[in-house]
Amino acid sequence: MGRYFGRKLAIYALTFVVAVTINWLIPRFMPGDPVRAMVARAGLQDPAGVAAMREYYTSLFGFDLPWWQQYLNFWGELLRGNFGVSLWAYPKSVGSIILAAVPYTLGLLLPAILLSWWAGNKFGAYAARKKVLDNAVLPIWYVLTATPYMWLAILLAWAFGKVAGLFPVGRSFSASLEPSFSWLFISDLISHWFLPFLSLFLVAFGGWAIGMRNLIIYELEADYAHYLGALGAPQRLVRRYAFRNAVLPQVTGLALQLGVIIGGAVVTEIVFDYRGLGYLVLEAIKTSDLFLLQGIFLFIVIGVLVANFIIDVVYVLVDPRTRVGMGSGS
Amino acid sequence: MALRVQDLKVHYRTLRGDVHALDGVTFSVADGEIMGLVGESGSGKTTLGKSLIRMDSRMRHVGGTVTLDGTELPIGDTEAMNAFRFSDVSIVPQYAMSAMNPTRRIGKMVRELVESRKIRFSSVRDELNRRLDLVGLDRGVLDRYPLELSGGMKQRMVMVISTLLNPSLLIADEVTSALDVSTQRAVALALAGFRDHDLVRSMIVITHDVSLVYQIADTITVMYAGRLAESAPTDTLVSTPRHPYTQLLISALPEVGVRYGGKRLTGIAGSPPTLLDPPSGCRFRARCPLAFDRCAEQPPFVEIADNHRVACWKAV
Repeated sequence: MGRYFGRKLAIYALTFVVAVTINWLIPRFMPGDPVRAMVARAGLQDPAGVAAMREYYTSLFGFDLPWWQQYLNFWGELLRGNFGVSLWAYPKSVGSIILAAVPYTLGLLLPAILLSWWAGNKFGAYAARKKVLDNAVLPIWYVLTATPYMWLAILLAWAFGKVAGLFPVGRSFSASLEPSFSWLFISDLISHWFLPFLSLFLVAFGGWAIGMRNLIIYELEADYAHYLGALGAPQRLVRRYAFRNAVLPQVTGLALQLGVIIGGAVVTEIVFDYRGLGYLVLEAIKTSDLFLLQGIFLFIVIGVLVANFIIDVVYVLVDPRTRVGMGSGS
Repeated sequence: MALRVQDLKVHYRTLRGDVHALDGVTFSVADGEIMGLVGESGSGKTTLGKSLIRMDSRMRHVGGTVTLDGTELPIGDTEAMNAFRFSDVSIVPQYAMSAMNPTRRIGKMVRELVESRKIRFSSVRDELNRRLDLVGLDRGVLDRYPLELSGGMKQRMVMVISTLLNPSLLIADEVTSALDVSTQRAVALALAGFRDHDLVRSMIVITHDVSLVYQIADTITVMYAGRLAESAPTDTLVSTPRHPYTQLLISALPEVGVRYGGKRLTGIAGSPPTLLDPPSGCRFRARCPLAFDRCAEQPPFVEIADNHRVACWKAV
């Protein structure tokens, strides 16, 4: 088992290096000159002043160095935990901006991912054995899972925010409030959180429910289910076995879907102007803030890798067949 | 008489109509008897086996009764049948290789199965261990997962599970089809061993392999196209078969010690009729070398000698 996780870790490390490199490259291929944008923002008229300021910023951010030097410096700073200074919110550090936004994104993502997975599996398994229910809900689930995240988000914002006026649309909490541990603030936070959460939850829910329904139907037709039935085991036992076995591919599916759901969260945050990482991505692109963009992507990459590693570990714990494979020295 | 089946009719529902897979089958199995049930694919032998324990959702009980130890089995009612399954009627299925839940340790699965039938596991644990010894399995298999066992081990494990509650009737459905020849013999003898140790009262061994049942069965019943063709004590059936189908079946078998250098083994020309709309009269008529006018009428399944029954006008 040690060898198995050792190999897994090596693969994750390699993925990390490649991801960081791509992450470093992409902002540098983007159109737009961030330094010129900053200088323009200062609004200087004097050409000498503009030139001096340009030179100052260029050397401050290290743009005058050869590209390979920049790349190596990037790794050096990265390993020291320094993600650089944001251009958009200069002179705040990228790390502090991301840390301030992360609770909002995680607060949106974790409940959406876990609840949709849990509820989708439960409902899918339930529908698999009720023919009428199955016929009724399956088309709905297909529509849900095929819906793009941002489209459903726009629809919900329009229906519940604008038309019904039940929930506020825009920002993570009202601009007039300061974060505090008061009932007023917390209820405000939840009402801003609900619609973005719902749009992520619904799309992911449809996919999990369809997957689980198909898996359960397959498992109930498996030989072991027939054998248990022939020996008079109650349906309860057969269903329990079927559910446990059908959940295994869903765990793998969770690992595969993580990236998609996080991508969905980014666009959903933009739709709702929710002040998490997705909102930062948009702002960073608009202002050509490549350090901030790099920092966010890096954070997302680390998040996806860590989550995948956790799922790998969980899978080994829940499926005995993977453990047997390791024992025989594969 | 342990088991008595009277005029049993079971049809399969399909979109094109009912398939008459069992069309009036009457036989009985005595206490301590091993009955071999042979026939080709589609003859209804597996349908018969399933009907006695658990019909699948496409099967429909059309008529006839099944009586086990004087009690009529509610074979058409899958819920009511539960009370008889495992304890009175049990099965060793065709698919023993995949009959156990792959993600449960075997011992735990057996415990959960037994407890789901409201039986305390502690009351059968010693018996379970004894039976593992009987079939030559290490007791450690209970702590293993099914995929850690070889095919033959899984087969024997399933036999132990199926017979754990000493059923009156055990149905062994094509138990050796997936095994190599040397393991086949061991499994066949293990089955007979269960009967000899009185763990199973009577047994129906379903197979298409006449030479296999010849080794262990007391009587052999031959099925053809949803009906019984012939039934007799093993030696009688093999040495003096009376139904033309049985005769051709036996003559098609290679004999041990005989060299077939220049000679081709013969089969039976033609193929069995479709059971969606079966022909009237004797169903073997179209392939039978002895067929004559009277075969347009269905021959009765009658006793022509002691325990020897045949459905053929030529044999009456």
